[in-house]
Amino acid sequence: MYNGGKIILGLIVFIGLMAAPFIFGLGKGNAKPNPSIDTPAIKAMEKKQCVEAKAVMKTEHMKMLNDWRDSVVRDGKRLYVATDGKKYDMSLQNTCMKCHSNKAQFCDKCHIYVGAKPYCWDCHIAPKEGA
Amino acid sequence: MKIERREFLKLAGLSAIFGLGGTAIAASVQQTPSYIPDPKELTGKRWALVINMDKFKTDADVKRVIEVCHTKHNVPNIPNPKQEVKWIFTEMMENVFPEQQDKYLTEHYKHMPFLTLCNHCANPPCVRVCPTQATFKRKSDGIVMMDMHRCIGCRFCMAGCPYGARSLNWIDPRPYLDPKKINPEFPTRMKGVVEKCTLCYELIAVGKIPACAEASNGAIVFGDLEDPKSEVRKVLAETYTIRRKPELGTRPSVYYVIGGMKDAGKGA
Ligand code: HEC
Ligand code: HEC
Ligand code: HEC
Repeated sequence: MYNGGKIILGLIVFIGLMAAPFIFGLGKGNAKPNPSIDTPAIKAMEKKQCVEAKAVMKTEHMKMLNDWRDSVVRDGKRLYVATDGKKYDMSLQNTCMKCHSNKAQFCDKCHIYVGAKPYCWDCHIAPKEGA
Repeated sequence: MKIERREFLKLAGLSAIFGLGGTAIAASVQQTPSYIPDPKELTGKRWALVINMDKFKTDADVKRVIEVCHTKHNVPNIPNPKQEVKWIFTEMMENVFPEQQDKYLTEHYKHMPFLTLCNHCANPPCVRVCPTQATFKRKSDGIVMMDMHRCIGCRFCMAGCPYGARSLNWIDPRPYLDPKKINPEFPTRMKGVVEKCTLCYELIAVGKIPACAEASNGAIVFGDLEDPKSEVRKVLAETYTIRRKPELGTRPSVYYVIGGMKDAGKGA
């Protein structure tokens, strides 16, 4: 075998390079996002609950926002009667973000993790952080 | 164990009743979410405005009305007239009522700025040409609405509107908003969408009248054209009013009272 040593060394370096991202990535990146509900509005709530159950919100909030938007803008109906009978003004800025006033620590935490970039904030005004 | 056919049916019936009752009980606790209008909502079949130009005594009166609307809706103040965005604005008489031009018209009217805005036409050309139904006419009350979420910025509506009531956001509007006056309860818009007056549908929905009428000290009257007892109908019955370019058949819902006309403004 010609230059056997060099080839083997080359192979080791090659494999090492290819595997580097996996080795250095171990334990990183998979950390589940942990959205914070530590806001003044939520702190003031006796029973800390969202518009619907947490599991529903987690998986359905994007659809819910679409439905709210269409109901308000297209059908002229502004009130949402939730599963528990509570009524909410269907507004992204004036309802969701009044409770979740920590967008960076809440919405963005998950969205960065899943790579979602809702374009809503090009128009809708995000709450002033730290408030 | 062997069950007779009869026994089986009895059991099945019982469990069916129980099952149904069970879901009914569950339903009384857990209802499916629903969407309802605010009980305070104003209802009308065709909202209209009567603008009494005689009651706008000074430029300041006009400016105040524009300012209130534009602040409320985060309408940017872009100095370049080719890029400006406006919901309610002024135009010279010759542009608002070109067919009324007459060289013998009093100087006063020739140089008077007229307040103009979306006419919320009964037969709106903008709606007909919109390819995405981003602009549409509300069946319930005739407001010509804008759904900013659907607008693709094609500007067909701007070509269709004979009144120049629509503006495209040529640039990002946010740098042109006064940070001290921004209304955090209302969205802004973004580059590439068309916007215009929506007759304050968001205020009507909670029982308030449009902001321009509210701020006008009685110079703008708001009401339901189809209700014979409404304030706008009272003014229309008592006063001679005109609409913009009626010959086009768009049937505007914005009426003007112009001074010098007999009895002008008495009812307003
Ligand atoms: C009245 C205050 C309030 C409003 C209004 C509200 N939320 Fe929540 N939200 C909460 C609370 C409190 C929780 C945590 C619930 C729990 O832990 O059971 C939560 C949880 C959530 C979750 C799940 C988070 C997780 O960790 O899985 C999402 C997503 C969410 N909200 C989105 C929204 C959206 C979108 C809106 C508007 C449509 C909204 N919320 C309106 C208070 C609110
Ligand atoms: C528990 C994690 C989590 C939280 C908290 C959360 N989201 Fe989401 N959001 C998601 C996921 C996952 C998606 C779906 C992404 C996809 O399908 O590409 C999503 C999608 C969306 C979308 C649709 C995005 C698109 O591109 O169409 C909107 C709008 C949205 N979220 C709004 C919000 C708002 C507003 C908040 C804060 C009040 C919020 N979300 C909080 C996880 C979360
Ligand atoms: C081009 C600008 C623009 C974008 C982008 C936009 N919106 Fe809107 N949205 C508006 C305007 C304008 C209104 C009307 C506001 C009103 O009537 O109070 C509105 C109203 C709404 C409403 C109902 C009223 C309210 O106060 O919230 C919801 C819900 C909504 N949008 C959700 C969304 C979501 C979710 C996204 C992102 C997926 C989004 N919007 C993106 C401009 C925009």
